[in-house]
Amino acid sequence: MNEQATTGRQVLLQGNEAMVEGALAAGCTFFAGYPITPATEISEVMSVKLPAVGGTFIQMEDEIASMGAIIGASLAGAKSMTATSGPGFSLMQENLGFACVAEVPCVVVNVMRGGPSTGLPTNVSQGDVMQARWGTHGDHPIIVLAVSSTKDCFDITVKAFNLAEKYRTPVIILSDEVVGHTREKINLPHPGEIEVIDRIRPNMPPEWYVPYEDNSRGVPPMGIFGDGYRYHVTGLIHDVRGFPTQRPDEIVPFLNRIHRKISQHFFDILMVEEELAEDAEILVVAYGSVARSAKRAVREARQRGVKAGLLQLITLWPFPRQILEPYLRKVKAVLVPELNMGQVSREVKRINQGVTRVETINRIDGNLITPEEILVRLIKM
Amino acid sequence: MAEVTKLIHKYLRHDKKFPHVWCPGCGNGIVLGALIRAIDRLGYEKDDIVLVSGIGCSGRLPVYVDFNTLHTTHGRALTFATGVKLANPKLHVIVIMGDGDATAIGGNHFIHAARRNLNLTAIIINNNIYGMTGGQYSPTTPYGALATTAVYRNIEHAFSIAELAVTAGAAMVARGTVYHANMLDKLIEKAILKRGFSVVEVVSNCHTQYGRRNKLGGAVQMLQWQKDHAVRVEKAAEMPEEELADKFTVGVLVDRDLPIYTEEYKKIREAARAKMAAMR
Amino acid sequence: MGYRYEVRLSGSGGQGIIMAGIILAEAAGVYDGKYVCQTQSYGPEARGGASKAEVVISDEEIDYPKAIKPDVLLAMNQKSCDAYFFDLKPEGTLVVDSTFVKQTPTTRAIAIPFTQIARAELKKEMVANIVALGALATLTKVVSLGSLEAAVLARVPAGTEDLNRKALEAGINAAKLYMQGL
Repeated sequence: MNEQATTGRQVLLQGNEAMVEGALAAGCTFFAGYPITPATEISEVMSVKLPAVGGTFIQMEDEIASMGAIIGASLAGAKSMTATSGPGFSLMQENLGFACVAEVPCVVVNVMRGGPSTGLPTNVSQGDVMQARWGTHGDHPIIVLAVSSTKDCFDITVKAFNLAEKYRTPVIILSDEVVGHTREKINLPHPGEIEVIDRIRPNMPPEWYVPYEDNSRGVPPMGIFGDGYRYHVTGLIHDVRGFPTQRPDEIVPFLNRIHRKISQHFFDILMVEEELAEDAEILVVAYGSVARSAKRAVREARQRGVKAGLLQLITLWPFPRQILEPYLRKVKAVLVPELNMGQVSREVKRINQGVTRVETINRIDGNLITPEEILVRLIKM
Repeated sequence: MAEVTKLIHKYLRHDKKFPHVWCPGCGNGIVLGALIRAIDRLGYEKDDIVLVSGIGCSGRLPVYVDFNTLHTTHGRALTFATGVKLANPKLHVIVIMGDGDATAIGGNHFIHAARRNLNLTAIIINNNIYGMTGGQYSPTTPYGALATTAVYRNIEHAFSIAELAVTAGAAMVARGTVYHANMLDKLIEKAILKRGFSVVEVVSNCHTQYGRRNKLGGAVQMLQWQKDHAVRVEKAAEMPEEELADKFTVGVLVDRDLPIYTEEYKKIREAARAKMAAMR
Repeated sequence: MGYRYEVRLSGSGGQGIIMAGIILAEAAGVYDGKYVCQTQSYGPEARGGASKAEVVISDEEIDYPKAIKPDVLLAMNQKSCDAYFFDLKPEGTLVVDSTFVKQTPTTRAIAIPFTQIARAELKKEMVANIVALGALATLTKVVSLGSLEAAVLARVPAGTEDLNRKALEAGINAAKLYMQGL
């Protein structure tokens, strides 16, 4: 038996199944969803497990409704989640923006499949990185996390709920068809071993409660419906009391605050993994399932004398700029392999500003980039 | 203190900046008044009431009252309300929508909410037009009427909101008008008390955007029209069809006992617990 | 880099290929305590289409989750044998169900009539996958037979445990006979 077998319960799970376990461990009690490939297993397992723990699963009439329902449930005090894939994620964008502006904690999973449109429903893709950032209209803050393994599906889902609750914001988890359907043995930790964060709730007399008042954290305490702090929730830009406003002196502080609450806590939200990156001459920047191909390619490259390293992004948005920048000044070249036409590489290039050479591998045929493809390029570079 | 003053002090938000956004003579205020009177009679705690709305003139209604209030996205109020109710079934969740809100952009949510039968109360203010955006035709604009997007005339056929709700399976469906304000109180009260998905369609007036363009007069004339054309459901049953041709019915259209979603879900939880226990 | 062992199971939809992959992965991962990754073909076809399941087994965390060059290929029909033989490692093991695979691409192929055994000895064609797993484990020692049995019994529907235990034994015996040159 190896070292990872020392704690918890060992099980063989698909990534999609592990996400349910992670959500339950984080205290999720409400899930609303609509069937869509390749995310459906999340709904199916939720429908079995949530009622058993006293929670609620509901299959809504579409993804718009699913997103609305999880916001409503969160406002009434539940930790809530939905899961979908490309087309459904498109439908969720309007209400996702509502959750940003009304500062409603919730978790949205997108198990990415090939697009655009109906695209390649059963194939892997990473085409929704920019949609996750900019899908809903208007300038808005958002947290987006990318998972690459079954273990991630558990751990990062817990983390997603914690971030959502801590910062009163929707958190998007980008999974993909490979991660969602790969079965891996993982250890499900015992409940006490996991950190679970709950939203800060008001404790002042209700008449003193100013629901959207700024504080040093930028995150106001959140009253939940029924607990005595009656207030107004709206998607309109609102003043500190939650009432619609068109006054510039109220609009600007509000919008600044909801951005600041994310930017101010950048390093708390930031998650990356580095593999052989410290002394690397060529840095591979990868995320999701492709990060696994990249990890193998980097290890094999080292065996062949190529000083390659991997920076795996777990937090995609806010983009880990502060981690990437020192590498850009240090390495000879950067390689960004991804299952799209160049979405993260575009951000890397934007930050790079010509400091170093940035190359890409873009695969859009519905198949995972192999370690060999990356290795061959690393050797050439 | 006059009765109305007491209600104003008790239910309107003291810290909300008035005046409201509605035109003088708008029916929305009458609906709000009827809602407040109904809730006051029921004696519910303000903390236990969640008032949810969509987008449009009707969507602005919750902001003025001192409940838990939720002003959602266009057409989606029922989806948010579904989440609120499921997360805390003890809350009284009342949803205010407009005709375009509930039956155009939110039409799918509306019929599915009716079918699903959660214990929600939906009040749909039907003024036959998109008022806030400036008078475009809605799914309840009559055939042949004029609107800013039907300047030649409307060639689409109108939904009957209440009948749609009946067909979709709502547990209780009623229709009232803003003219019959006292009756409206009672219909709303009955709808809130009803266990299951209840719908109150409120025939209202938008003299600013609909009445003026269709030469129906101002608020007073449009209220008069409601008075002249509304027939009680009980009375209509005894009237010959030709006399009802240009009339509409008011009162309770349907009231039936159906299994409530949250009650049914409790049984699902028991079944799930039993299954999980058996697997251990 | 640590040891990495790759198994590809293939056949047509309905032959229980995916279930066999899950059982193998569970035996190696949960019962033998190794690291495992199990992936599978995924498409709109429910029955009759090509079906493929892969299990990667390692003593360390697995990076790339799919098979790169399988150490073992199980082909339960001709089409999958033809399609995947080329991916097999040069020294890899090819196991075919000779009930359906009539042309073997190499003289080193191990041909055992799994489906025929399931039909004749167990009167249930649907347990051919379990017969094949028993043989595969015996031939390659990729998982311990005790772990495999535990994984089979944990996954199969209640009431079919005896049938599946017998299927496993039939597979083990068939492999032993093969290894004895019979």
